[in-house]
Amino acid sequence: MNRGAVNRIIPFSSVDGPGNRTAIFLQGCNLNCLYCHNPETINQCSDCGRCVETCPAEALKHQAGKVQWNEESCTHCHECLKTCNLNSTPRVKFMTVEEILEELKKLQAFISGITVSGGECTLQIPFLVELFREIKKLGLSIYVDTNASVPLWKEKEFLSLVDQFMVDLKSIDSEEHKMLTGVDCDVVLENIKHLAIRDQLYEIRTVIVPEVLDNQRNVEQTSKLIATLNPDIRYKLIKYRSLGVRGDLINTSSPTDEEMKRLGEVAYSNGCHQVILI
Amino acid sequence: MNEALSTIKDKTLTYQQKLIGLARVAENTINVLKIDDEVQVYREEGIICDLFEGNAPYRPRYIVPNYEKFMEEGSQFLKLQPPTNIWEAVNSLLILYKHVPSITSFPVYIGNIDTLLEPFIKDENEARQAIKLFLTHIDRTLTDSFCHGNIGPHDTKAGRIILEVEKELENAIPNITLKYSDETSDDLAIKAIETALVTAKPSFANHQIFTNDLGNYGIVSCYNGLKIGGGSHTLVRLNLSALAQKAQDEKHFMETILPDAIKRMTRYMDQRVKFLVEESEFFQTSFLVKEGLIDIDNFTAMFGMFGLAEGVNHLLQAKDLKDRFGHGEKANQLGYRIIEKMYELVSQHPAPYCNGADGKYLLHAQVGTDFDHGISPGCRIPIGDEPSIPQHLMQSAKFHEFFPSGIGDIFKFDETAKGNPKYILDIIKGAFNIGMRYFSLYCTDCDVVRITGYLVKRSDMEKLEAGGQVLNDAVVLGLGAVKNQKVLDRKLRKDE
Repeated sequence: MNRGAVNRIIPFSSVDGPGNRTAIFLQGCNLNCLYCHNPETINQCSDCGRCVETCPAEALKHQAGKVQWNEESCTHCHECLKTCNLNSTPRVKFMTVEEILEELKKLQAFISGITVSGGECTLQIPFLVELFREIKKLGLSIYVDTNASVPLWKEKEFLSLVDQFMVDLKSIDSEEHKMLTGVDCDVVLENIKHLAIRDQLYEIRTVIVPEVLDNQRNVEQTSKLIATLNPDIRYKLIKYRSLGVRGDLINTSSPTDEEMKRLGEVAYSNGCHQVILI
Repeated sequence: MNEALSTIKDKTLTYQQKLIGLARVAENTINVLKIDDEVQVYREEGIICDLFEGNAPYRPRYIVPNYEKFMEEGSQFLKLQPPTNIWEAVNSLLILYKHVPSITSFPVYIGNIDTLLEPFIKDENEARQAIKLFLTHIDRTLTDSFCHGNIGPHDTKAGRIILEVEKELENAIPNITLKYSDETSDDLAIKAIETALVTAKPSFANHQIFTNDLGNYGIVSCYNGLKIGGGSHTLVRLNLSALAQKAQDEKHFMETILPDAIKRMTRYMDQRVKFLVEESEFFQTSFLVKEGLIDIDNFTAMFGMFGLAEGVNHLLQAKDLKDRFGHGEKANQLGYRIIEKMYELVSQHPAPYCNGADGKYLLHAQVGTDFDHGISPGCRIPIGDEPSIPQHLMQSAKFHEFFPSGIGDIFKFDETAKGNPKYILDIIKGAFNIGMRYFSLYCTDCDVVRITGYLVKRSDMEKLEAGGQVLNDAVVLGLGAVKNQKVLDRKLRKDE
C-alpha cells in the first residue's frame, strides 16, 4: 500500500490558505535553501541511530536496523533534531491514505479544507493523488503549498484534484535562485504561468532577505509578472526570521517593518491587488 | 466598621455605586425567607451561593422585556407614543432601559437592538450618528457589564452599523451576542468576528439550539438564554468543587451527596421565588407586567453550578494533567455523568412560578465570581489545563445540551487571526455543528477583555487598582477574577 512520509499534521491552521485548514506537512525536499526554516524536513531518516542515544525521554529505539519513535513518551524537546546531522528527523510517520482520512474525519466539521505542504509535497505526487481522490469525497477543498520545482503541468490528474496552489518564488533571477536553493527557477516560472492560466494560483510568496537577495528586483519583477498574469493573485512578502535557520549557512538579519512596507508599496504600484506582509 | 458606613467612606465607589450598595445593606437588615438548617449550613460553607441577591428579593434577578411590543405600542406609564423615526426610537429605548430592574439595578437585556432599530433606518449616515450616541449613552449610564444586547440572526443595516460603531468605540458595555444560524450570512459573521477581534464582542449564540429549547429567546447578562417577555426569578449556584469534598468516594457523591445538595438548593430557590412572587408585590404592581412587556408565565429560575472540573479531579484524585478533567477519559466521563444526573434531578423538581420552562428550573453553567479562588466556571476546563482547540471544543460541546439557560467557552486568539477571520468562522461553524451553544472570542491585544462572561476594560482595572473610581460597577469583579482565576492567562489559540 502507498504510504506518505508525514512530518506532522496541524489540525487547525490559520495561515495555510483561506479559512481554517488542516495542514499536512510531508517529509523530504529537493531544494536546500540557505534560509530554510525547518531543515529537519529536507531528508528522509537514514536510521543511523545517533538520536536514539541523546533522546532524554527514551522515546526513540533502534530496532531491526530502524529508528522507532514512540509518540506517547515524546516530550517534544527537539533534542533529536539537534543531534541529527542529516537534516532529518526520526519522528516521521509513514501514513496510509486511510490513516490520514481518519484524522480528517474528526476535524471535518471545523475546517474549510486541507493544505499539503512540506518539505516539498510534490515529490510524493502518486500518494497525493490517492489521498486527494478521497478528500474530494469529503467535500473539503485542497490547497498545495509548493516550491514548484517539479513540472506540475505534466501531472494532469494531480492538477485536476487540487483547488489552488501556493507557490514560493524565492527569487525571480535564475542565478540568484540557484545560489539560494541549489537549482534555477525556470521550472518554477513555467509552473506559475500554467497555474495562473488554469486559475489555480492562490498565492505567490517571496521571503525578503537583506544583503543576501536583491529584494527590490525580486519584488519589482514578480509583482509585474503577477499583474500581467492576474492581479488578484495574492502576493505575500515574508520577513526573513532567523528562527530555526541553520546559522552557519547564512549571515543576515530581518528586514525592518519600514522596508517591508516600502516593498509592499512597490508591489501595489506595479498593479498587484492583494499584497500581504508578514 | 459598620457596612453602611464603610460603603459611604469607600473612595473607589461612585455616588451611584454607593447608593446601590446601601440599598443592599438595608435589604439585608431583614430576614424574611424561611431558610432551614440544612440549607443554611451549605450556604455558610459556600456550597450553596446566591451571589449576593439579598435577603428579601423585590425584583426578579433577570428581566427580559418584550421590547418589540414596546416599540409597537409605546408605554402608558412612561407616557411614550410609539416612535416614528430613529431619534425617537433610540430615545424611547433609552428611557425604558432606566426603568427595567434587575439584580444589578441595570437592565441585563436591552433587546435585539438591530431589528428594533432597522425599521427606522432611512438615511444611513443619520442612523449611524443616532446609533453611535445610543451605544455611548448605554456605556456611560447603564454602567454595568451585565447589560446585554442581541443582534441577528439576519443581516440588517442596523446590525452592520452596530458592529462598525462598536469596533470604533471599543466600549465594554453593552455586552453583545450575535444570534447565529444557517440563515446568517458569512459576510455578517465575518464582520462580527472582525469586531470581536478588536473589542471582544459580539459572542456567537447557536440560534437553532436556543430556539429549539426556549422558543423566542434573548441572551441576557453573561450568556443566559431566557424567554423574551419573561426572565429568571433568581440564580443560585452549587459549588461542585466544595461539594465533592463531602463525599467519601464517587459512588457516595453520585448517590447521596449530590441528590441531597440538589434538594437543599431547590428548597432554597423555592423560598426566594415564592417571596418574590407572593409577597414582594413586584408582579402585582410593575408597569412592565401591567403593559404586557413581561408575563410571569414566561419566567423560570436558574439552577447554577460551577467547579465541575475541580470536583471531578478531587473525586478521582486526578493529579497528572493526562488524568485531569478535560484530558483523562475517566474524568471526562465522570463529569458528563454528574451533569446528566443534575439535569435529571433538577428537572424532576416542581418549580413554583416557572411556567416559562414547563414548571422547571433550568440548569445554568455559572461563570464564577471575583472571589472564586481556583475554582473554574461552570463545566469549563481550568485555565492552564486547556487542551488543543479541537479537543477542547469536542470535550466542552458535550455539556451544552444540558444548559438551556446558559453555558459557553471563551477562546483567545492572536493577531494573526485578524488576517483570516474565516478561520474563526470555520471553527464556530464546526463547534455549533457538534452542539456547542455559545462561543466567545477575543484577541490578545484587545483593551476590552472577556473576564468570564462579561466584559471589562483592562485600562479600567488598572485605574481601579490604583485606587481610582470607575463608572462600570463590574470592574471590581473583573479585577478580582484576574487575581483569583488567572483570566488573563487563557491559552492563546495559535495553529495547533
